[in-house]
Parts: sequence; C-alpha cells; structure tokens
Amino acid sequence: MKHSIVALAIMSVGLGAAQAQDVVKLGNAAPLTGTISHLGKDLENGSRMAVDAINAQGGADIGGKKVKFELIGEDDQADPRTGTTVAQRLVDAGVKGVIGHLNSGTSIPASRIYDQGGVPQISPASTNPKLTQQKFPGVFRTIANDVQQGGALGNFAVKTLSARKVAIIDDRTSYGQGLADETEKAVKAAGAQVVAREFTTDKATDFNAILTKIRATAPDVVFFGGMDAQAGPMLRQIKQLGINTQFLTGDGGCSPEMIKLAGDAINSNTYCSMAGLPLDKMPGGAKFRADYKARFNGEVQLYAPYAYDAAMAIVKAMEKAGSVEPAKYLPELKTINFEGVTGNVAFDAQGDIKEGAVTMYQFKDGAWLAL
Amino acid sequence: METLIQQLINGLVIGSVYALIALGYTMVYGILGLINFAHGDVLMVGALTALQTMLFLMGVAPGLSPIYMLTIALMVAIPVCMTLGFLMERLAYRRLRNAPRLAPLITAIGMSFLLQTVAMIIWGRNYHTFPQLISTTPLEPIAGVFITPVQVVIIIASAAIMIGLSLLVTRSKIGRAMRATAENHRVASLMGVDTNAVIAFTFVVGAALAAIAGVMFASNYGIAHYGMGFMPGLKAFTAAVLGGIGNLGGAMLGGIVLGLVESFGAGYIEHLSFGFLNSSYQDIFAFIILGLVLIFKPTGLLGERVSDRA
Repeated sequence: MKHSIVALAIMSVGLGAAQAQDVVKLGNAAPLTGTISHLGKDLENGSRMAVDAINAQGGADIGGKKVKFELIGEDDQADPRTGTTVAQRLVDAGVKGVIGHLNSGTSIPASRIYDQGGVPQISPASTNPKLTQQKFPGVFRTIANDVQQGGALGNFAVKTLSARKVAIIDDRTSYGQGLADETEKAVKAAGAQVVAREFTTDKATDFNAILTKIRATAPDVVFFGGMDAQAGPMLRQIKQLGINTQFLTGDGGCSPEMIKLAGDAINSNTYCSMAGLPLDKMPGGAKFRADYKARFNGEVQLYAPYAYDAAMAIVKAMEKAGSVEPAKYLPELKTINFEGVTGNVAFDAQGDIKEGAVTMYQFKDGAWLAL
Repeated sequence: METLIQQLINGLVIGSVYALIALGYTMVYGILGLINFAHGDVLMVGALTALQTMLFLMGVAPGLSPIYMLTIALMVAIPVCMTLGFLMERLAYRRLRNAPRLAPLITAIGMSFLLQTVAMIIWGRNYHTFPQLISTTPLEPIAGVFITPVQVVIIIASAAIMIGLSLLVTRSKIGRAMRATAENHRVASLMGVDTNAVIAFTFVVGAALAAIAGVMFASNYGIAHYGMGFMPGLKAFTAAVLGGIGNLGGAMLGGIVLGLVESFGAGYIEHLSFGFLNSSYQDIFAFIILGLVLIFKPTGLLGERVSDRA
C-alpha cells in the first residue's frame, strides 16, 4: 500500500510513469444512500466482482507486470452536486478509471470533471443521450442509450400494444425526462396520439392527482419514465383509481423490486423495456447470477453485469496498451472488442455501446418475461 | 365533474395524513419553540416497526385476521415511537433547552439523519412492500368516483384522532398543563406544573401520532422505506406553518388545505395557466399559497399569538 502511494507520488510529479506499481485504483460512483440506493449498491457490487475476479488471478498482466486493483466506491446520493464532489474526490485520489455514475443527472455533470482530470469514465447505467453527445474523449457507456430505448418503447406501444392514445409521465430527472421525450417522439412518429404529458418527482409516492387527470383522457397505454420506487406505487394507484389501461415503463422500472412494490396491482398488462439482454440471455448471465449470489447473498437487481463489463473494459484496455495511464490506454479503450457478461463490448465513435440491444418484457407468472 | 370530486378525495386523503403529522410539529413548537425536524423520521420508524411486527406475526400465526394483525402491529409501533420520542427529548433536546435557538434546530436535523441511517442499517436500503391489511381494491364507484377502504379508514381515523387530541388539550388536566407550559414555562413551573414532564408528554403524544400516520401512509401506498419520512415530514411542516404553527386547529386545517391545493394544483394548473405551467410545478402551487397566506397573515391561517420566543 505504502509502495503504491510512493509510486503515485512519483507519477504525480511526472517522473517515470511506468514505475513499479502493484495496486491501481479504480473509482466507482453510484447512489449508496437515498431512494435508489438498492440499485446503486448493485452497480457497485458489479464493479467489485470484476476487480475481485482480476485480483483472484493474481492481477492483470500490464506491461509485463502483474497489477492488482483497488476499487474506491463513492456515494453520489443520486444528486448532481454531490456527484461532482465525489467525481473530484475520485480524480484527486488518483483513480485511473471510473465506473459510474448510475443516474444520467449525475453522470453528465461529473463527466466534465473526469474529462478535466483526464480520467476515463464508463457508465453502466446512464442512458440519457446527452452524456456521450458532449463528445468528451473519455466518456463511454456499456448500456444502450435512450434514443435506442425510447424508439423501441414508442414503437412497442403503438405497434404491439396497438395504442391510439398514450399518456406519458416522467419524474423530471435527466433519465426519466430523456426517455419520456424519446418515447413521445416515437409514439407520434408511429401515428398515435399523446393525450397527456404529466410530471412527478423522483421522491414522490402520491400520484393520485396526475393519474386522476390522466383518467379523464382514457389512454390505452400509460408510459412512465422513471425508477421502480415510483413505478410500483404508481401502478397501485392506477388500480385504486379504477383506470383501465396498459402500463409501460423503461429499464428503471424493469426490476424484481418493481414486482414486489406493485403488489397485487401488477398484471399481464404491465410491460417494461430493458437496454441490453435479459440476464438469462446474456452470454455470461447464468454464471454471473450464481457468482453474484455466492458473493453478496442476493439477486442481481439491474446494473451489476454492465458495471462488471465496464470495469473489465478498462482493465482489458490497460492490458492491451501495457499501461495503466489513461492517456496511453484510452486509444485501446476506444477500439476495445471483447465478449463480456452482457454480450459483445465495443464502442462507437461517440462512446456508446455498439448494437445496444433493447428487450421488451411482459409481467407473467410473478416475473418479467422477455418477449 | 367526476374528476373534480376525485381530486377532492385525493386531496382529503393526503391532507388527513399531513394534518396528523403536522400536529406533532405544531405541539412541540407550541411548547418549546422548537421545530423537531426528526418528526418525519419517527413516522418512518413507526411504519417500519409495524412492518416488522406484521412479518413476524405472519410467520408465527399466519391465520390471524388482518384486523388483529394491524391492531397488534400498531400496539407495537406506537410504544416504540413513544419511547423514541421520549428519548429524543430527554437525551438530545432537554440539554439544549436554554441554548441559542439554532442549536436545538441543528440537533433536530442531526437527529433526523441519525434515525434514517440507523433505520438504513436495520432495514436495509431496499423498499419494502407493506402488507395492505385493509383492502386497497376500490369500492363500487359512485358516479365514477373511486375510493378504497383504506382511504375511508384514513379519513375517519384522522378525524377521530384530531377530535380526541383537541379534547385532551382543552379538557384534561394534562392538557391545561400543556397550555400553561406553552404560554410561559417558567411561570407554569412556579405554579407547580412539572414542565419537564409536560414537555416529555408532548413529545410522546406527537410520536404516537407519527406512528399512526406512518402506518396509514405505508398502508395506503403499500411501501415502506428508511427515507419515507422525509417528504411527508417536509409537507406536514409546511402545513403546520400554513395553518399557524403552534396552533392545533391550524395544523389540521393547514394539512387539509395543503392536500387539496396539491391535488387541485396538479390537476388544474395547466388549465389555470393556459398551458403555460404543467404538473411539474405542483409543489410551486402549494408554496405560492403558503407565500400569499404568510404575506397577508404572517402567523398563518389560524395563528393568533406570535410566540415571544420565536
């Protein structure tokens, strides 16, 4: 440990960057407290599994040396301001790469800090298109973005669910709003009508007022852009208000948690989309689920496999470049191409995952069933 | 029309819960001039304790009827919260009673964080499904208006509790001691009132109300979480200020008004502003009302006296 601090000190004054350094720091940033901390911890667990897997083999082979990794997990509280603070803290701690953040709303402001600090950032969860549209050279994501996902959702609502009238609600976060906007575009492009566009927050539990308003428009489908913590109670209230409609939501509501929270209100009229493939259909899904259960004694919530692949992408790029320095391994990261847990990991020119798949799910027999 | 009545019911339900929580804020403020920001978190502890009890009961006596189960859960949650309220006052606030006003206020915020973190350690970060022992399946709609049994229970129980509390404060001996202490606790203690006991009693009663509100809130929405007390706590505080903090009737009125304003605000703000504002401004609507009331009546809707310790 002391050795690595000395090595770090030498590097930071610009002397011999390729000095012996047996432990390299990687950062992980996600909300570990607050309303979606269960998803944040899941994300961090994914990164931790990747780091543990590499360390268990004795480390990665970088520039002829065995290099071990240390993961520094920070709590961004799903808050943009805290997000930038922890981003700066990670940069100051000398991490060589960051996995995170979870929320688009924190990833976007934080990405500027990582860019200035010269630290590559791979988000396993932020799907807002703006993140990579900023054209920072070191920003990537291992999950399909909202243009891809919203398009799929809008088409699904109109073509598969044959909706003529769609009501759209979002939670005013970068993620929820971005996804709802893309879905709205796709719904309109497919020829259906958006009869209501309502808003809530990511801390709300009562949606009766906006749902009552929506009820008056008699929609065929209610779409919600937001997280499971809101989507579950929202679905209950839809039932309580006697609204007869189909319910559709994005990846934030596509979790096992959603099924628990919606209780008896969830039925086969409930659909959600997920960027990427279902865990069972991921090439490394079954093994990942078993490993995760053995390590953390729980089920994978959502983002753990994407975080795992993000961490692996950084390490693989380092191995190819033979250096842990961002300036050296960044070109390799841009052209990386490997089979991860979630599928083939390769980035396009903008940093988005290539061929980001979107899968639709329907609630059936107590679980999400991939369509 | 059915939308209008539905919004009225939505507002009444949420407003009743706000009112119940606001009573806890306002009682403590009336007596101590302290805004107990940890009050919302006592609600959370109440809901999660009730949840734990229900899960335990479902394990040992699965055949127990829902009403008994709910009653037992409340019987556990209320004393737990009462103890918590007592300990908070005894350990944290009493020592600061003569400190500058800012000190207890910051302590209250710290207490709120402490409760949330301890709850997070005990119950974890995940949302919990709260067993809905009172049915949430809507009753037969009347003229297109839906209401669920749990909502009916919330409105009736809140009204009953508020009447009970009013009687306690205006008719009983301890109520008179409370009013005397609120008026001037030094003079009250000279008159033989045990003000420490009265203040502790106030905290305990407030905590019991919070426990009940917590169980109602969780039963209605079907979820419980270590951070669930924050938003209702904040809204109830607003309601207490709106009604005139320190005034029991004000807290009740403030809660109901806030619930209705929120509900109608979200439902009609778009029409009222000709499409310029939408439901993302529903909280602004509530705060505009609060602002207006405080401009024209700084002591709130029913506030009469301005606390000399304010």
